[in-house]
Amino acid sequence: MQTVLRDAGTFLPILLQGLKFTVLVTLGSLAISTVLGLVWALMRVSGIGWLAFVAKTVVNVLRGIPILVQLFYIYFVFPEFGVALSALQASIIGLGIAYSAYHSENFRAGIEAIDHGQIEAAQSIGMGWFLMMRRVILPQAVKVILPPYGNIMIMMLKDSSQASTITVAELTLQGQILASSTFKNMTVYSMVALLYLSMSLPLIAFVSWLERRFGKGARR
Amino acid sequence: MIELSGVTKSFGAHQVLKGITGSVQRGEVVCLIGPSGSGKSTILRCINGLEAYDGGSILIDGMKVDRADRSIVAVRTAMAMVFQRFNLFPHRTALENVVEGPIHVKKEPRAQALERGRDLLARVGLADKLGAYPAQLSGGQMQRVAIARALAMQPKAILFDEPTSALDPELVGEVLGVMKSLAEDGMTMLVVTHEMGFAREVADRVLFLDGGVIVEEGAAREVLSAPRNPRTQDFLRRVLKPI
Repeated sequence: MQTVLRDAGTFLPILLQGLKFTVLVTLGSLAISTVLGLVWALMRVSGIGWLAFVAKTVVNVLRGIPILVQLFYIYFVFPEFGVALSALQASIIGLGIAYSAYHSENFRAGIEAIDHGQIEAAQSIGMGWFLMMRRVILPQAVKVILPPYGNIMIMMLKDSSQASTITVAELTLQGQILASSTFKNMTVYSMVALLYLSMSLPLIAFVSWLERRFGKGARR
Repeated sequence: MIELSGVTKSFGAHQVLKGITGSVQRGEVVCLIGPSGSGKSTILRCINGLEAYDGGSILIDGMKVDRADRSIVAVRTAMAMVFQRFNLFPHRTALENVVEGPIHVKKEPRAQALERGRDLLARVGLADKLGAYPAQLSGGQMQRVAIARALAMQPKAILFDEPTSALDPELVGEVLGVMKSLAEDGMTMLVVTHEMGFAREVADRVLFLDGGVIVEEGAAREVLSAPRNPRTQDFLRRVLKPI
């Protein structure tokens, strides 16, 4: 037991180094994917044929290619077109773009769940499309969007480990390196698992709080 | 003020409006009655540009209603609309619902809009419900908030689309009462309704619509008491004596 604790004390700073990158990749790609996802979703519901078509195509292509392959593409293929990104940049942008497809479908479902009468009410008081989205549709759609959004956030936290495949020394890769050099597999991977949990559980609690916060005034 | 001439509209192969010509003068209260599916609501929705029409023209104070044109915003702020299902914004309080248009569309100063919003809610008898969310209100209260929301836009006319059809019978009176007081204040109103008592008492004129055409029109009392057209007679008989 004592050895385990001593090992853990030695390993922790190294794993925390990795955790820092995990957080960076997760937050960065979350921000990019949320903004891009909202853009795709708004294009999709814009009622303008070619915009909707472009968004639909982009989302389907992104959903149809493994995230790993997208990361490889950005990190290994883009330099051939003169776009050289660091491993960290490539993983944040790659995961951000890949996940924007999933956010987009969630946002679209939330927007389309809003009663058509709301659109008519907004139009009847002279609101334009953007004002209606901002003041009427999106604030109501948030309630529908949040639970699956929380789900995607947690998936992104865990999928940030895919950045390890393009050499970002995040939590999983640091663990792998430690384990293979010390052979303390159980200690290392238990710590890695606990560190992921220590991030995902508060994240789940945060989403529940958001759901309560945006639930006010609701009928249900 | 509202002028329709030869307005036609089809949904697919089904022609809903087959050449509607009619007008509403300033300060006039006109009721549109007729069987369901006759195109009453569609007329209102075309006037407000919620629906495009195929042929003919609709003029609001001489301004053509064209959904595809930027002028549609001006049309919509001039023509307020009250819906059958209220369509209040559920995430905003009664007062926020009322001031949404004035503050965010008409860019009125916040304090001024709020003050008028409070006055309007008091006018429809809801001075004590300013902070209530729609889910906390009864149907009749929600519809009165919706009327206050329409009034807040300071419209030239209000279009009512079956405003009491979704209400429990005992709540109909409070909404009709508010509408009657608006009529007495000289508000121009075009009302799609099945409330013949309201039409008889409040309306200046009644248009009877059937199968996408105006079959009969005239002073409310005349049309409702002594309809000349057999289809109007038949409709009124069924509405007034359902069993």
